[in-house]
Amino acid sequence: MALEPEDVRRAAHLARLGLNDDEAERYVDDLSRILDMVDRLQAVDTQGIAPLAHPLDATQRLRADEVTEPNQREHFQHCAPAVENGLYLVPRVVE
Amino acid sequence: MHDKTLTELATALAAGEFSSRELTESLLARIERLDGELNSFITVTAEQALQAADAADAARAKGEAGPLAGLPLALKDIFCTRGVRTSCGSKMLDNFVSPYDATVVEKLAAAGTISLGKTNMDEFAMGSSNENSHYGPVKNPWDLTAVPGGSSGGSAAAVAAGLVPAALGTDTGGSIRQPAAFCGITGLKPTYGRVSRYGMVAYASSLDQAGPMARSAEDCALLLGTIAGHDLRDSTSVARGVPDYRAELEASLSGLKIGLPKEYFGDGLAPEVEAAVRDAIKVYESLGASVREVSLPHTDLAIPAYYVIAPAEASSNLSRYDGVRFGHRCENPADLEDLYKRTRAEGFGDEVKRRILIGTHTLSEGFFDAYYKKAQQVRRLIRQDFLDAFEDVDVLMGPASPTPAFDLGAKKDPVSMYLQDIYTIAINLAGIPGISVPAGFASGRPVGLQILGPHFAEQQLLNVAHQFQQATDWHRRQPAFGKENA
Repeated sequence: MALEPEDVRRAAHLARLGLNDDEAERYVDDLSRILDMVDRLQAVDTQGIAPLAHPLDATQRLRADEVTEPNQREHFQHCAPAVENGLYLVPRVVE
Repeated sequence: MHDKTLTELATALAAGEFSSRELTESLLARIERLDGELNSFITVTAEQALQAADAADAARAKGEAGPLAGLPLALKDIFCTRGVRTSCGSKMLDNFVSPYDATVVEKLAAAGTISLGKTNMDEFAMGSSNENSHYGPVKNPWDLTAVPGGSSGGSAAAVAAGLVPAALGTDTGGSIRQPAAFCGITGLKPTYGRVSRYGMVAYASSLDQAGPMARSAEDCALLLGTIAGHDLRDSTSVARGVPDYRAELEASLSGLKIGLPKEYFGDGLAPEVEAAVRDAIKVYESLGASVREVSLPHTDLAIPAYYVIAPAEASSNLSRYDGVRFGHRCENPADLEDLYKRTRAEGFGDEVKRRILIGTHTLSEGFFDAYYKKAQQVRRLIRQDFLDAFEDVDVLMGPASPTPAFDLGAKKDPVSMYLQDIYTIAINLAGIPGISVPAGFASGRPVGLQILGPHFAEQQLLNVAHQFQQATDWHRRQPAFGKENA
């Protein structure tokens, strides 16, 4: 499957990854070669084969709905770039 | 002291030949003297190490020291360490001082081990040469013009250079075994779920696994017994007892059935590497093992499947780096979207961006079935290859890498770098354990023999590796780099 610059720009936007036009061009080249390599998968007949998501076929464990962690908000916010009154600061979203 | 194994150091500490403080000071001095050139550490935690060494010595004086008390080691900078920068080799986390410890860090500290610091690595564990680190490449102590392998290249180089007797690494597609092979040390990737991933910065969560890197299989057994086990904080960790991994080390290999996957001895394998691996297999025959050829027919699909699954999981895992809660944040964002986009553009390096873009593309509407679902179906075929092979043989053997360590800067094209991992990647897709042990040299650079076993066969792998190390001395060879008068 050939890759166009528009595909790279779309993926970059979905991933919220800033790319300028030069970078987008360069990644078209890199990503195309990776996808060419990956395309070998298309030749395999996988009809009726269940996808394998976990190497031991494990499923999610359930536990009792109990509080097990103490509140450490201040401790965990020490490494945040910008906080105020226990809240994370971001640029204004709602005018 | 710097050339002893962990097991030898434990004996020496117990016998009072030297204290943990003396050992720690001596290794810190070596790091100070040699690591400027090697670049194997991102952060050296000398002060904390000396405090912990004193605590271990005090515990010993009171007769309260456990078997690992006072032993120095290093942690790949992917393991969250409370109060210490945990960078994951990325500018994104250059300012991240972790508020908590990974489970393995907690367990190693509880056992009384001393962390000397955090080792260099490819950014977010994405790479096979350690050239993708924000902190610069690591050099291979056997040849300073060669890469140490990756992504746990700092851990491997530090052990090989005698800066530390052992280190923890992580392995998503070969990142313990390949650098262990390139640096001439022993490295074990356990079964998926054997070791908790809690507090280990996530790259590809269905493949990531932590494991020991050391000078011998015996040392790996000692460390695996400490870090393995069920952890309620990692929903994928397996609820299964932890055996004494040292209990079977001395078992005889008489009657052991070894399979040689014919696909691991094909085109692209360097003749000198093949010769070293075949010589190692002859050693096993002399120890009473039988050898037969087997086939893993889907081998050539492992790298394509991996480069769909791993980037897909990475694109999801790395979405957490948004400049809001921790890590890098761009200056003066105009709005929320600008904050996300510039923070991520500035914080991530080239290879990480490539994998985020591939993963986002293959997971996006219209491409999901053709890529992600297909790759997961192929993943089942790859796992089945191994399950079938282990019906007939006990372990599989082959080279850990098709070539010895390549030169720094030699692989500019990402795909040619990816193809290096041909013998290691399928193991992560199947979730089985694998170990690389030193088995000779090619053009003066170490060669690793890879041994693979069924799920949870770590005890047998360690036995098989240990018996080889009783019959050979490749694992005792040391590079000229760092010799006292060099």
